[in-house]
Amino acid sequence: MAFCDFKLHKPESVTEACRLGREFGRTCAYMSGGTELLVDLRSGRKKVAHVIALGGLKELREIRRDGDTLHIGAQATLSEIAEAPLVHEVFPALAEAIVTMAGVQIRNLATMGGNFSCGVPCSDTPPITCAAGGSIVVAGPDGEREVAARDFVLAPRTTVLNPGDIVTAIRIPVQPTTSGASFQRFTMRRGSALAVASVSAWLNVEQGVITAARVVMGAVGPIPLFAENCAASVVGQAPGDSVFADAGALAAAEAQPISDLRGSEQYRRDVVAVLARRALACAAARAEGRTS
Amino acid sequence: MKLTLSLNGHSTELVAAPGARLLDVLRDAGCTSVKRGCETGDCGACCVLLDGEPVNSCVVPAAFAADAIVTTLEGLNDDPLMRRLQDCFLEAGAVQCGYCTPGLLLVAWQRLREGGELTEYDVRHAMSGNLCRCTGYAKPVRAVLDAWEAMP
Repeated sequence: MAFCDFKLHKPESVTEACRLGREFGRTCAYMSGGTELLVDLRSGRKKVAHVIALGGLKELREIRRDGDTLHIGAQATLSEIAEAPLVHEVFPALAEAIVTMAGVQIRNLATMGGNFSCGVPCSDTPPITCAAGGSIVVAGPDGEREVAARDFVLAPRTTVLNPGDIVTAIRIPVQPTTSGASFQRFTMRRGSALAVASVSAWLNVEQGVITAARVVMGAVGPIPLFAENCAASVVGQAPGDSVFADAGALAAAEAQPISDLRGSEQYRRDVVAVLARRALACAAARAEGRTS
Repeated sequence: MKLTLSLNGHSTELVAAPGARLLDVLRDAGCTSVKRGCETGDCGACCVLLDGEPVNSCVVPAAFAADAIVTTLEGLNDDPLMRRLQDCFLEAGAVQCGYCTPGLLLVAWQRLREGGELTEYDVRHAMSGNLCRCTGYAKPVRAVLDAWEAMP
């Protein structure tokens, strides 16, 4: 029984994948794990004549260290990333974000390349990658380019990708030993649930003073949102409960949530305030080596 | 489209319509332990092992299973660990309507085979991609822990 009518292409190289994407234009879709695309095709949200599967491109599955950068192939599965010793060594907050996503059957298929390319506002890997100061490597018909993670998603389900562009890797800088990060997420259940809200925090702490901060909110705006006022408020301060509580309130004010079945706008703001406070406190403790 | 794969230990040739899902071709091939549930990748009722790893077959194009090793519950009928797990499910009363049971058994079997310590949290985490609307999960979780405790 065919559930939707498309021709499946399995390119054997990135170049071929880009060429096919440009050739078919809007009549095609790229597929990574398929956990989003196949559902959209079935529901009719998307209609395409061609599906170009990227999962077979072995060179896009590598997780390695490139000098001072952690290179995560766009087609590495979420399970592979969450289990990679290198990820735990360089940026454990990413594994922390991934391990609670969906269920194991989905993490065995889904990829960060797919997560970014879909541009779904409640995704978990884009905000934490933004907090890490990461970037996205894009291959296209005209060559390769690197885009800052924070500039990648433009609007819900809309990214900087043009026809024929594919994500080949996610790159995360090796973090200074004086820094720490944390991913905090609230869901209605502990497993197999989409985020009501998430907050990713990254801090650098030197001699008891926060010298740099990034706070990124997920599921409370059209794209991963930087809580700029929140982050600015902690820089120059010593980590502490009241500093982080005040910063949480600023993040809540900066969020742009909608009301939907997972929570009302006001509820999500209240959740963001708590998550931001927790994420900052946890990131600070990690930066100062008080906890792992 | 013709598809050759190893299905439950036997080299098998299946015919798949373009755009067919692994779920569809497996059920057509008689593997009815693979349940059609939510069909959006959320419920785990269509779980199979693809090259040894649990996946939801409703979000896997059939063509992806070409040359792969696919195991459904039918393929583990004679497996001692699966038999023990099934016995524990029966003894704990972990089966009610039974629709989610094949998926629960597969992820639990896979988790038990990974070995290592197993806490109640670990079991719940491993099973978090499998929805059960009857049991409230307490008895399936108990059954998996019972099976683990009985492991040599």
